[in-house]
Formats: sequence, C-alpha cells, structure tokens
Amino acid sequence: MNQKGACAAGPPIRVILPYHLRTLGRVDAEVLLKVGTPVTVRRVLDALEDRYPMLHGTIRDHVTQERRPFLRFFACEQDWSHESPDAELPEVVAAGKEPLLIIGAIAGG
Amino acid sequence: MSTVRVLVGTRKGAFILTSDGKRKDWQVNGPLFAGWEIYHLKGSPVDPDRLYASQSNDWFGQTMQRSDDGGATWAPVGNKFTYDGVPGTHQWYDGTPHPWEFKRVWHLEPSLADPETVYAGVEDAALFKSSDGGATWEELAGLRGHGTGPHWQPGAGGMCLHTIIQDPMNHERIYIAISAAGAFRTDDGGKNWKPINKGLVSNFLPDPTAEVGHCVHHVAMHRSRPEVLYMQKHWDVMRSLDAGESWQEVSGNLPTDFGFVIDIHAHEPETLYVVPIKSDSEHFPPEGKLRVYRSRTGGNEWEPLGKGLPERDCYVNVLRDAMAVDSLDECGVYFGTTGGQVYASPDAGDNWAPIVRDLPAVLSVEVQTLS
Repeated sequence: MNQKGACAAGPPIRVILPYHLRTLGRVDAEVLLKVGTPVTVRRVLDALEDRYPMLHGTIRDHVTQERRPFLRFFACEQDWSHESPDAELPEVVAAGKEPLLIIGAIAGG
Repeated sequence: MSTVRVLVGTRKGAFILTSDGKRKDWQVNGPLFAGWEIYHLKGSPVDPDRLYASQSNDWFGQTMQRSDDGGATWAPVGNKFTYDGVPGTHQWYDGTPHPWEFKRVWHLEPSLADPETVYAGVEDAALFKSSDGGATWEELAGLRGHGTGPHWQPGAGGMCLHTIIQDPMNHERIYIAISAAGAFRTDDGGKNWKPINKGLVSNFLPDPTAEVGHCVHHVAMHRSRPEVLYMQKHWDVMRSLDAGESWQEVSGNLPTDFGFVIDIHAHEPETLYVVPIKSDSEHFPPEGKLRVYRSRTGGNEWEPLGKGLPERDCYVNVLRDAMAVDSLDECGVYFGTTGGQVYASPDAGDNWAPIVRDLPAVLSVEVQTLS
C-alpha cells in the first residue's frame, strides 16, 4: 500500500478524454494509466495529472479538487459525475475492459 | 528589412499575422489553440521570440502557453492562480458581498527587463507575477489588500484586471486598471497600491466622484512620457499629466466618448487613437460607420479617420485590448473587431485596409516590430 492508501496497480485503466484536453495533453483519445486499487475517480485523476501535468486544473479545481461544472464522468453507461470521487469504479473499469469517459457538457446553438 | 508580427487573440483561437515593413502583404498563421478563447497573447520586449498566451474556456478553465520561438511552437506552463491568504469578498452586481473567485487571465504583460518575468491581470480582479517564465504564479496581494477591495464591483464583462503598464524609467512603478474599480498605482514594485481616480466622474455611482468604483476600460502611456496617462473610461476620454494623481476630460469633439480602446502613436506622444462606440447600451459605431478618431494634441481636438473602413452597415465593437501600434518610422496602427476583422494602417491612421476579414471575434491585438 502506498502513501495514498492504494494497493499495487492492476491492469492499465482506460480513460477517454474530450477533444480539447487531447490537444492540450498531446495524447490520443484514449490514454492508459496505472492506477492503484481500489480504482476511484480521484485516483484516476491523480494518475492522469501526474502523467500529464498540463491537465492540472482542467478537470477539477486546483485547490478544492471539485469537478469543473461543465465536465461529466461516465462509466459503463452510468453517470458518475455526482458520486463521491472516492467511490470505487465498476470492476470492468478497474480491469481495463471498459473506459472511464471524461466528457464536456453539451452546449451549442 | 523590418518585420511586423501581429498577435491576435480571438474567441476561437490565436492568429499570428506577419508582414514586412511595407505592411501590404500579410501571412496569416492560425488558428493556434483552435476552439479555445485566447484573451491575450504578448511578446517579451527583451526577447521578442518569447511569447505568452492566455488560453481558457468555460469547460476546462484557464491554461497558459509559452513560446520560445516566436510562436512556431508552444508549450503549456503553469496555470495555478491562487489568491494569497483568505480571498475575502468584493461587491456583487447587487451590492452584496461576493467571494473572490478566479475565472481567467485577461491580460499578460511581460517585464521590460527580464523575459522570465511576466505579470497577469485576472478576473476576479487581482495581479499575479511569475518570475520563472510562467511556471508558477504569485499574487501581488497588496493590490487587493490595500483597503478598497471589498468595494469593487464587476462590470458587465466581469470584474477584470485588464490593463498593466510598467513605467520604463522607474521599474518600481506599475499602473493597473480594473473594471469596475478604477485605476491604481504602485511605486514599490507591487507591495503597496493607491487608487488614482481623482477627477473621474461616473454618474452610475451613488457618489459620482468616489475613490473607487469607476469603470475604466483602458489606459495608455507613451514610453517617453511615463507621467502622462490617457484613459478611455466607460464614458469619457481622460488625461493625467501627473502619473494619475488627477485626471481631466479630453473627450472634446468626439461624436461619443464611450468606447473601449485607446492607444498612442509610437513616435508622437500627444497623438492618440480611440474608436468611439455609440453607447453603453449599443456597442457599435455611431451610424454604422466604423471610424478611428485621432488627436494630435493630447485630446480635445479629434479628427475622424475612415479611409478604407466600412462606411455603412457596420455594427461591430472594438474591445479594450484590441488596438496596438508598431514602431516603424511611419507608425502603423492596428485594431480588431468583434466581427473578426483586423484592420491595419501603415501611415498612422490616414489609410486603412483589412489584413483579414473573417476571424472569430477579436479579443486582443498586440504588435511586435522585429528588426
């Protein structure tokens, strides 16, 4: 167990980023991250920001760590946006079979 | 031969427009950071290839970019803007206390002496400084903390610190302006600040001559006369001859003294440019005719300049950071519009032509004159 209370990482977690964060991070739509277990949104974002420091502050607030209001987290066809960031994500996400999707709220006109 | 590089921030990315000293044929490069709002980008006067850009949008917040090769390549730098200590409150639109909340960087002002040092004016109004090329940012908290901060109130565009002017002859002196708080000055490098709004009259305030609360839209200074300031206020064009200690109105014969931009000829410190806008309710040129007005006397007497600009059916706005001048022998003047046009005059305003016509709404224009 490490300092953040996570056990050794299992299979890579799949994370799908919205277009503008892909261009900012210069990554493909899907990134693979090593995340300790239990796999939670907080741990996924910690790993994402560690690997891509330019994404700090773009998904959650620098200080409060709250999700930015126009972003949503989806997994396994469920909305995880309003769950605790420490809630354990579905097993298939932890197993790398299904991605965690970070998407921008729809706005247009 | 000299090169002119025009840095354009828009609602949907940045553009870099380049020409030789004739300023007739232009190369358009962009969009950079496509889809992001670029409130401002500006080059270091010490190292013109060092550029800083403010990149933001409502979804992902504020990010910052830096180029070390004149805009050919960019890399993200630090975007953590944290108010010093307990942020406290300012006034909300309805006059109730509202906590200070960081929203975005409106204006970047690279140091006159060091390419690693850059100032950032942000919304909610505060001044930040980076001394490591944008990697980290620290608030110059004396501005918000000097006493009047709780009385500041946002303008329609938000409570933004949009103007930062460094005195080239006194590195300890900096002027800033906030909408809608007013203008402020430090004489000790940012530790202590004082409001410099004596002479401003704003009839929307309960006390029209209050110490703070004025909606200053932009301030300009000529490097050869740093004690002389020119201001486009919400209404009124103003001049100070004593480093902001007092202001006098110089709107003179302008068709309307509402507007956003104000700038100064590179070689003639009493030659000013403004773009009159009909009113605070109708943000477009009077009679649908786009006109720059020039004064060669430090204000009061103004002449319209419209040769090459739309004569009719023009209903764009020119935002506060969207005018700049080059420093070639015959001074070039540039401005961008909310309709996406960037106009250039290679002869100090006598003749105008569009460089580009169909960009996204232009938020800012800066010019670099490169030898």
